[in-house]
Amino acid sequence: MMLSTQTITMRFGGLTAVDQASLRVREGSITGLIGPNGAGKTTLFAVIAGFLQPTGGQVLWQGRDITGLKPHQRAQLGIARTFQIVQPFQGLNVLENITIGSYLRHPKTDEAIAKARAVAERVGLGRELEQQASSLTVAGRKRLELARALATEPKLLLLDEVLAGLNPSEIRDIIPVIRAIRDDGVTIFMIEHVMQAVMNLCEEVYVLAQGQMIAEGTPASVCNDPAVIEAYLGKGAATRIANLGGAHA
Amino acid sequence: MRINGYIPIILVTAALAVVPLVSSSNTLFNFMVMSLIITLAAQGWNILGGVAGQTSFGHALFFGVGCYTAAMLQFHFGVNAWVAFFLALLAGAAAGFILGFLSFRAGLRGSYFALITLAFAELMRILANASEWTGGAAGLLLKLDPGLANMQFESRASFLWLALAFVFVGLVISRAIAGSRFGAHLVAVRENEDAARALGVDVLSVKLKAISLSGAMTAAAGVLYVQNFLYIDANIGFGVWISVEALLAPLVGGRGLVLGPLIGTFTLHGLGELTKSFAGRIPGIDLMVFAVVLIGVVAFASGGVLGLLRRFAPRLARRIAV
Amino acid sequence: MYSPTILIEAMINGLLTGAIYALIALGLTLVYGVLHIINFAHGAILASAMFAVWGLNVLAGIDPYLSILVVTPIFFGLGYGVQRLVIGPAAKGDDGNILLITLGISIFIENALLAGFGSDTRSISSDFSFSVIEAGPFLISSPRLVGFAGSLVVTALLWFIMSRTDAGKAIRAVAKEKLGASLMGIDVGHVYALTFGLGCAALAVAAGLLMPTFYVNPRVGGAFVNIAFTIVVLGGMGSIPGAMIGGLLIGLVESLSGLLLGESLGQIGIFVIFILVLLLKPTGLFGAKA
Repeated sequence: MMLSTQTITMRFGGLTAVDQASLRVREGSITGLIGPNGAGKTTLFAVIAGFLQPTGGQVLWQGRDITGLKPHQRAQLGIARTFQIVQPFQGLNVLENITIGSYLRHPKTDEAIAKARAVAERVGLGRELEQQASSLTVAGRKRLELARALATEPKLLLLDEVLAGLNPSEIRDIIPVIRAIRDDGVTIFMIEHVMQAVMNLCEEVYVLAQGQMIAEGTPASVCNDPAVIEAYLGKGAATRIANLGGAHA
Repeated sequence: MRINGYIPIILVTAALAVVPLVSSSNTLFNFMVMSLIITLAAQGWNILGGVAGQTSFGHALFFGVGCYTAAMLQFHFGVNAWVAFFLALLAGAAAGFILGFLSFRAGLRGSYFALITLAFAELMRILANASEWTGGAAGLLLKLDPGLANMQFESRASFLWLALAFVFVGLVISRAIAGSRFGAHLVAVRENEDAARALGVDVLSVKLKAISLSGAMTAAAGVLYVQNFLYIDANIGFGVWISVEALLAPLVGGRGLVLGPLIGTFTLHGLGELTKSFAGRIPGIDLMVFAVVLIGVVAFASGGVLGLLRRFAPRLARRIAV
Repeated sequence: MYSPTILIEAMINGLLTGAIYALIALGLTLVYGVLHIINFAHGAILASAMFAVWGLNVLAGIDPYLSILVVTPIFFGLGYGVQRLVIGPAAKGDDGNILLITLGISIFIENALLAGFGSDTRSISSDFSFSVIEAGPFLISSPRLVGFAGSLVVTALLWFIMSRTDAGKAIRAVAKEKLGASLMGIDVGHVYALTFGLGCAALAVAAGLLMPTFYVNPRVGGAFVNIAFTIVVLGGMGSIPGAMIGGLLIGLVESLSGLLLGESLGQIGIFVIFILVLLLKPTGLFGAKA
């Protein structure tokens, strides 16, 4: 197993954001993490990437406990993350932004820049290299976020809502990019609200609600899970929908 | 390493080096020596405050550590001036490391970091003012004994060249950093620490390297000061004046840029001398001008002189790679 | 070892001075609490207020306590104007910029005073400056007692303004939630300037209370600003009661460490506290979590 978490719990004061959440991400897969707003998905990501120390539980990387490692150490191991609220280096241009990522595996400046150019090309930023990060469109910033993470040459890519805020045609454009990244051997674990993308990309999906893992399985099976439907639409929703279906039949 | 980036540095240094050959004005030499000493202190500030974005209000700490390490080693133990110089560099780096270790580990940033640097500098000023070892309020006076071995020179021109050589080394170091992974990491830390972390940058270690290097460079300026004036006291070594000078120059010249401190220092002190020649010897008048320039730069030209150059003469700016 | 009488007398004097320190810190913490900026020019503004008090006394023979009534509204107006016309527009909302601009203002004022008055130290001395009250075995300086009382009155007044008046409510609203307040129709720029003006007014009062026992020169602000920063950090940035308690505490520490360590090393206690608080508990004793 490439990545797994064992009964991760994260408390902030009296609030339990993540409650004994366990999951496994298989090497070479695209795995999804969905759930209603405020379910604790981003918190769980932050724990996996090392930005938060969990109150309880463990993060395992290829079977090894990495709970105590700092974010930059995890990046060196091959775990890269993007941020839900994009965090570009505002004062730098696109190429410089991506080069910070590629320096991780290429200490020499020339090689790092060459790598950054290649990555920019791959995510469709080839023409915006000289543009200031602060002047990019929303879609451009999302691609930059993706490119920077990719430039660290990760084994596992944690994508936190990279599709949020994009219009349908932009989403259509970026889905093949994500699939191509996986086909090149990068495992992907993504938080996503756009269900069309989840159904389209993910082989396995975890559902987090109020900090607890309430379901796992293929996208189709998870979507029909009564517990999941209730988590999204409220108590009793599953039966109501089932009745509705019955009435039409 | 591309040589192109170094050409402006070599040209500027050569131009300054020619001055003693075409002029023999002592006033001019004194002006230049003082400006070069401040430039070196400001180059140290620029690594930490400019490139890495950690604004320090207390670089007097490092300047003073440099001054007193060099002066005390020579005064009390008769250590050779050059040996004392290298030990002063080490002491400056160590002071930087300790200050950084304490404050960065405690998570101090922005205004809080500025305040604690100031507090450390003031603490050292009080200690240096009260301790017998440092000569107390009377300060330390070094023996006049000109000679290369003692880092003292009879001719003003020679000392000017020495100071210029130090500044040149500072420029080369700054330029090398600007084109390196370390430089990119400094900038990443300045722009967004969380994003830097996510990309595998060890933020604490980068900051510690920056502040140690910064401390060593500003300490070197302190040594130059002592070797030039052969005197040091607490209000000079750890005084607020040098903290302000070290910070003003890079801001005015171009924050975080290789030539920023040099251009800033000469711009400011050139303006200061100009003001004095118009307004007469009114005390403080040059510093009033500095203050207005600082506010003006922050309000209207955050890139400083080099930023203006970039805006109004982009081709020239590109050629000198600012 | 010192006799208890000397120690207690030093403590009383420390507390009396501490109240004026608290008043100085009050302006700083108020500005921090609302504008979330560190006003580096605080000390220089105090120095210019002290010069104003001194000037009124020398030129017009006005008693320093009386001059408070003149200097305070002037400094309120100056503070309002500086924030509205210089700091606000020049900072463009960036904290780092504000820090540098207030530093610039501080350098400007200090050197303008130097250019105008020279570096000489000046003071106002009258019979009252040296009058003392005997309380049992202790001698207490009357002007310091007045300063103590004055500081408490101003603190109470400021607290009243902040909690009971419409302006105070607007200030607190902006401090808490700038965007929300501006959506409610509060003019944030005006409130910022108002707060800055209040901070300067507090300094003007402090100047009037200080001058009978203290001296003034262009660099005097530096000494006070360090103390004020320590108080504000200790009491928690933005906290008014924190500033009061922090001020009294620092007055006590300064007086005792001056007694025990001597004049030149006496200041060290303050900086050690300052550094320790910043490193160990930067939110201070009473500050909310940053």
